[in-house]
Amino acid sequence: MSHWNPRFEEMPAPELDRLQYRLLKTLAYRLYAFSPFYHARMRESGVHPDDIRSLEDVQKLPFMFKGDLRDNYPDRLFTVPHEELVRYHVSSGTTGKPTVVGYTEKDIELWTESLARALTSIGLTRGDVIQVSYGYGLFTGGLGLHYGAERIGATVLPTSVGNTERQIELMQDLGATAICCTPSYLLHIGEVAERMGIHLGRDTSLRAGILGAEPWTEEMRRHVQDWLGIRAYDIYGTSELSGPMFTECADQRGVHIWRDLALVEVIDPETGESLAPGERGELVLTMLQKEALPICRYRIGDVSSVKDGECSCGRAHPRIERITGRVDDMLIIRGINVFPSQIEHVLLGLSEVGEHFQIEVDRKGALDDMLVRVEVRKEAFSDKIADLMAIQRRVADRLKSVLNVAVRVELVEPGSLPRFEGKAKRVIDKRVL
Amino acid sequence: MRPDELEHLQLSRLRETIERVQHVPFYRDLLAQEGVRAEDIRTLEDLQRLPFTRKQDLRDGYPFGFFAVPLSRVVRIHTTSGTTGKPTVVGYTRGDLDRWSDLIARNLTMVGLTENDVFQNAVNMGMFTGGLGFHYGAEKVGMTVLPAGTGNTRRQIEMIDDFGVTAIHCTPSYAMHLAEVAEEMGSDLPSLKVGVFGAEPWSDATRNDLQDRLGVTAYDSYGLSELFGPGVAFECPEQDGLHIWHDSYLVEIIDPATGEQLGPGERGELVVTPLVKEAMPLIRYRTGDITMLLEDDCPCGRTRRIARFSGRVDDMLIIRGINVFPSQIEHILMALPEVGDQFMVYVDRNEHHLDEMTIHVEVKRQYFSGELADLARIQQKIVRTLRDTLELRTAVQLVEPGSLPRFEGKARRVVDRRTNV
Amino acid sequence: MTPDEFIIRQISVFSENRPGRLAAIAHALEEERVNIFAFSIAEASGFGVVRALVDKPEKAHARLTEDGFNVAFTDVIAVRMRDEPGGLYEVASMLGDTGINIEYSYAYSGPAGAVLILRVDRPAEAIERILSAGKELLSAAAFR
Repeated sequence: MSHWNPRFEEMPAPELDRLQYRLLKTLAYRLYAFSPFYHARMRESGVHPDDIRSLEDVQKLPFMFKGDLRDNYPDRLFTVPHEELVRYHVSSGTTGKPTVVGYTEKDIELWTESLARALTSIGLTRGDVIQVSYGYGLFTGGLGLHYGAERIGATVLPTSVGNTERQIELMQDLGATAICCTPSYLLHIGEVAERMGIHLGRDTSLRAGILGAEPWTEEMRRHVQDWLGIRAYDIYGTSELSGPMFTECADQRGVHIWRDLALVEVIDPETGESLAPGERGELVLTMLQKEALPICRYRIGDVSSVKDGECSCGRAHPRIERITGRVDDMLIIRGINVFPSQIEHVLLGLSEVGEHFQIEVDRKGALDDMLVRVEVRKEAFSDKIADLMAIQRRVADRLKSVLNVAVRVELVEPGSLPRFEGKAKRVIDKRVL
Repeated sequence: MRPDELEHLQLSRLRETIERVQHVPFYRDLLAQEGVRAEDIRTLEDLQRLPFTRKQDLRDGYPFGFFAVPLSRVVRIHTTSGTTGKPTVVGYTRGDLDRWSDLIARNLTMVGLTENDVFQNAVNMGMFTGGLGFHYGAEKVGMTVLPAGTGNTRRQIEMIDDFGVTAIHCTPSYAMHLAEVAEEMGSDLPSLKVGVFGAEPWSDATRNDLQDRLGVTAYDSYGLSELFGPGVAFECPEQDGLHIWHDSYLVEIIDPATGEQLGPGERGELVVTPLVKEAMPLIRYRTGDITMLLEDDCPCGRTRRIARFSGRVDDMLIIRGINVFPSQIEHILMALPEVGDQFMVYVDRNEHHLDEMTIHVEVKRQYFSGELADLARIQQKIVRTLRDTLELRTAVQLVEPGSLPRFEGKARRVVDRRTNV
Repeated sequence: MTPDEFIIRQISVFSENRPGRLAAIAHALEEERVNIFAFSIAEASGFGVVRALVDKPEKAHARLTEDGFNVAFTDVIAVRMRDEPGGLYEVASMLGDTGINIEYSYAYSGPAGAVLILRVDRPAEAIERILSAGKELLSAAAFR
């Protein structure tokens, strides 16, 4: 497998350790000197850049939270003068002010570099036609992948989101070989294509999907790969890190985090303690070379773990497990933690129902009540009520065994649940807490 | 550059372009047929020996028929709506993107923007060349780019204030809307000083209005995807006609009926031969836009200008920055069994200064079930099909069969009720 | 009587939502000496459907079609209901309890009592249900 930047991608672990330590130390000094916010926070935690004497000392540095970015709206966390900014991206917050990310030329450069390595590691080259179906504009997905794909010399088809039939027509006519979009939008494209009599695997040149911006599962990957006949790769990143940054390599064994660009930790969200490889917790990222908006020990809120051991591709850059949920999206149902991704996982393992679902949480008396709506597949449909009830029971039993909490299941007609073109909003929480 | 130097450069680039189009079967055959070779072009006058290229030709080449380089050298594809059915595909090499963003950077620099400016790009990105075109151009100048896209107008205004935006790019009609909402919100947008408006025609009255209300100097920008995108022509601070970079575009004005070249001061169709396009070189491309060469030189000292655009030679409509041909609508309606072939298009400008297109169609008798819900479904289906193909939301009015005017001879199906923008 | 005889042909006319269209329909029916027992107008954005029960539906259909209107026959049923409070409830709840959906309805009330005209999703079942409950259905012949 070819490398976009062999110098960094093939660097052995000890050398990466030294490089990462040097970059971390520089970052600590830079923040102490140029970031009033982080300077104050370091002083509060009683830590000085001189205290960073090894890579492990990263744990001495204080955390940054999403709230810190919002509280310092729009640009009070920036550490460069405005003339050096070349771009802003803005991510809409669910509450209050949005999060604003500024970029220097070098920030854009390293973001693009990271994605050029990632796309190359999947096996994409200048011969590919890459359809970018993430939204363009303030959202980082569209422009991020656009720049990355352009950097490797591929032909970029900037379709952005929406008008699915046109997207399929262009994919077919212009010979797109890879598509970048959310996993739920790819499923939607697959369904619409089927209605148009087009099978993506057989009737188009598509062979890879680079899917992200919302959590998805191994089952979903298997489903996408079997059904659409293309390889599906996970991509990870948020606007605070610059945007989508990291993907799996062709071996599909977790998302590689380039160690010269980022330092990844996983912590216990309750105690803040670092967790060992393999242990699941909250991802914490430090961007080692980011200029305009420095990110140090940023608690991103995503649940994952660092994979143990080296990847079969030979890169010594650590891999993270696919994101299994949000620390703050986690639903607590009668005291039990439930991630929507677990439900998705169960549904994909059941042939009678579709992969789309909707969760409605309500409070019945003093108890939480969770209702999961799923679509019965046409093939499984029967006019015998008894058959449908058996399916309903099976879904409820499987969910209960995985979630450890009883849920109600409602079967609905195929195609009746909302499809999402962006991030899927599948949970309706009606509880008044 | 001195006129003779420029002419020399144009000539050598024209010859290169003719060499390049030899890789396109359409041109190879056409030039062979006309018996023209690159070495026959000795002066710029000889340009007239070359045949025209029309939008229809590009459409017939769908998808890659006009690419002069292998796909592996093409790094970007944009599409633009065609007159019927399939879109027109345009491709760019890395060098093309570089030259295109350079042209836009020159224009932005010409109106005084520098790396210290904050540029809000309030148009759609993606397939629309106006979005990524200005994004790359502004980035090349070194400005801070805010890729705002369209919609959420109150948010756009907050961003102008919060980020100290100094220049904005959008359609003139969206700028009018923006001005209105800003007034409602009580913001007079103190940081804003330059407005770059394009993708649809607009008048000097609109310019005065926008300048007053937004507190900007408003500049007209012109371009089309077939010629890279925006950046083909642009106003300088004199605001009196649009400059064309003659090193990159060879410009003629012709009589659309006879194809004869017209002199300065005579209005006709703009025909452009791009001189620096690699992936998709074109010869004498007929833009369909009506303008004229201005006789006098601009006080700014830059080369010859063209007048602001005053219409189209064909029936193309520009609705909210999107090109719509009545033939596209006809094509779509013909494919829908529920409605007849007759239709009327009404174009209005609503109270928010946004264009609205309403299409009247007749429901066929055999599809009238007597149920209101079925009619509403047919109406929705037409709206959806039109939106998917035109990339534009339109209103559809179902009318009684036989009530639409029938035309003998040339159909006048479009009623444009917009007052001059 | 067979259940089919209770199926009544209503005429439905597509009409644009603009002045003079209802007058045009009414005038055409007057010229054909067609009597209207009951009618209703349903409207959507920019257009509507005029529904009418008439004594000569075929004649009305032919004339309106000739005049360029889109006309269709729609099957409805007509129930006589008690012309006093609770009369409508009685009929509507009877159908609702059986799971029969009323797509639309309109009514008229005259010297011969109140009549409810119904468009339902399962007419055969509705007829059976109404008759078995001892209610009176008007036959198509009653409108001639």
